[in-house]
Amino acid sequence: MNHLFEFLLRQGDNALVLGHRMSEWCGHGPALEEDIALANTALDLIGQTRLWLELAGDVEGKGRDADALAYLRDAYDFRNLLLLEVPNKDFGHSILRQFLFDAFQVPWLTELSQSDDERVAQIAAKSHKEALYHLDRSAETVIALGDGTQQSNQRMQIALDYLWPYSGEAFADDETDVAMQEQGIAPLPSDIKEIWHDRVNAVLEKAQLQQPASDFAHKGGRNGACHTEHLGHMLATMQILQRSYPDAVW
Amino acid sequence: MSKEWPLWEIFIRGQHGMSHRHVGSLHATDAEHAIKNARDVYTRRNEGVSIWVVEAEKITSSSPSDKGPMYDPARDKIYRHPSFYDIPDEVGKM
Amino acid sequence: MYAQMIKSEATEDDPQRLAEFQARIDAGEKIEPKDWMPEGYRKTLIRQIGQHAHSEIVGQLPEGNWITRAPTLERKTNLLAKVQDEAGHGLYLYCAAETLGVSRDEMTEMLLDGRMKYSSIFNYPTLTWADMGAVGWLVDGAAIMNQVPLQRTSYGPYARSMVRICKEESFHQRQGFHIMMAMVKGTEAQKRMAQDALNRMWFPALMMFGPSDKDSVHSSQSMAWKIKMNTNDELRQKFVDETKPQADYLGLTIPDENLKWNEETGHYDYTEPDWNEFFEVIKGNGPCNADRIEARQKAWNEGAWVRDAMMAHAEKKRGAKANGAAQ
Repeated sequence: MNHLFEFLLRQGDNALVLGHRMSEWCGHGPALEEDIALANTALDLIGQTRLWLELAGDVEGKGRDADALAYLRDAYDFRNLLLLEVPNKDFGHSILRQFLFDAFQVPWLTELSQSDDERVAQIAAKSHKEALYHLDRSAETVIALGDGTQQSNQRMQIALDYLWPYSGEAFADDETDVAMQEQGIAPLPSDIKEIWHDRVNAVLEKAQLQQPASDFAHKGGRNGACHTEHLGHMLATMQILQRSYPDAVW
Repeated sequence: MSKEWPLWEIFIRGQHGMSHRHVGSLHATDAEHAIKNARDVYTRRNEGVSIWVVEAEKITSSSPSDKGPMYDPARDKIYRHPSFYDIPDEVGKM
Repeated sequence: MYAQMIKSEATEDDPQRLAEFQARIDAGEKIEPKDWMPEGYRKTLIRQIGQHAHSEIVGQLPEGNWITRAPTLERKTNLLAKVQDEAGHGLYLYCAAETLGVSRDEMTEMLLDGRMKYSSIFNYPTLTWADMGAVGWLVDGAAIMNQVPLQRTSYGPYARSMVRICKEESFHQRQGFHIMMAMVKGTEAQKRMAQDALNRMWFPALMMFGPSDKDSVHSSQSMAWKIKMNTNDELRQKFVDETKPQADYLGLTIPDENLKWNEETGHYDYTEPDWNEFFEVIKGNGPCNADRIEARQKAWNEGAWVRDAMMAHAEKKRGAKANGAAQ
């Protein structure tokens, strides 16, 4: 197995799948200011996607570029976290998901920007700046919605209860992670679990949300073993033109 | 109808060393939220290095009907401008 | 245009003040929010700027329809950035209207209950990717034609928001034309999509400028007040004259057999759009009117708890700060 390729797909697919989900909000946000902010997040993520997948294609060496990887792979070849593919429900759900991911990305990208692989370090450094702002905004919004009204607190708790079992997958090390660590490309994801936990707890506390007791974690996204049913529908939408008109250049 | 987010006036310093300039308005729940919204709304094209926000209702402005007494008296004080003073060319740049 | 059929409000003010007001406008002065203005001027502007703002917001929907299906990552970011700009433009315009004493929430309610309108063009569907090209090329092209002169409109906040909008919009039409260029160079299926998009969008684009001058009874007061800068037919003609060579460049056929260069007038002759269709769309009977309002209503309703909660949180924070300071 080409572990570096696998690793890069994970970075690119996380950004792609979450960027796509956030882009679905454009034109439907709760206030114009929030609509615009969500689109900025989506634009950052899709920008990151292009960098990671372009590099993944180079590393693979079979002539696939970022678009070929994004538009011409089926669900079992995607390597994103399950957390990021579940559909948007309400705004609170989307912003909480964004927060759980941002709280991972910030320490993760901090580490990756020290990677021994110069290309990885560069993409991580650029993405890290974006992730810092995303985290700042998503954390504040989660706190506001958790603390705001009784109704909003209830909605956020429901979202948290739904999303929580999807949050542990990020830290489940596997052989690709070990290989990346041995090559000095990335730390083990489990190494940043504590930082993530502390940050998430601090925000949930301010938001007056109860962290679910169970630490059960759904798995199967980052190794492609078993995605949710939702990813297929996302890809059916996202890939329709590339799939329907294979000869076309857009 | 529930309570609308207040209106904020946004001022942005476009480059280091320049003054903040009024660029427009937006709605936000408080000052911190207004700064974030200003970042997302008014600096999408790399327009800013610093943001000020002021709640619109906190601004006191001069009254348009006072325009005459407020601004006309400054008009004939031409001695405040450098062009009022003729200095011969041979003195050099001044 | 984005503001169609804006009826100038009658005004019952002191003739002396009206004359002074008109003299300021004729002298090219800008009217600012706290200046005296005729009630009709204020009301007409609220309606016009409000309609313009609503058009930007509803206008997010037909293009937003393709963000999730954009064919490449680059096209996806370009389109998303463009549709996001439209939200920004709606925001600037709502803020300009708010200086006239109406809140954004009030205007939103008026859009949703039908008291305020938005441009007829956004009641047409976007059926293929080529529509993203055609909308950018034709709809943004038509909008720019109206918006550039509005940078000189007499109401300061409106003029300033138009300056910002025009600056940002300069990439929108190019983005659309760029999509069209790729389509006409592409496969037979892509060429067919491009021609089909032009066929469907051409007459609705012409309708954007509003009814023919001979039927447009509301223009003269607005033109005197410099809140309307050109007549509908002037702008429509300019649009046809500029667009025809662009269609030729693309190798696409404008769906109008009467479209011919006229040596005498120095302009293209063209067929007017079906004004009955236009009035039906304005009345609510366009292909997408119901869907568009439903989508806006849904966003408004489902966003209510978020807006309330964020406000409540800010008030709690303020309260806590004040308490802390008092102790």
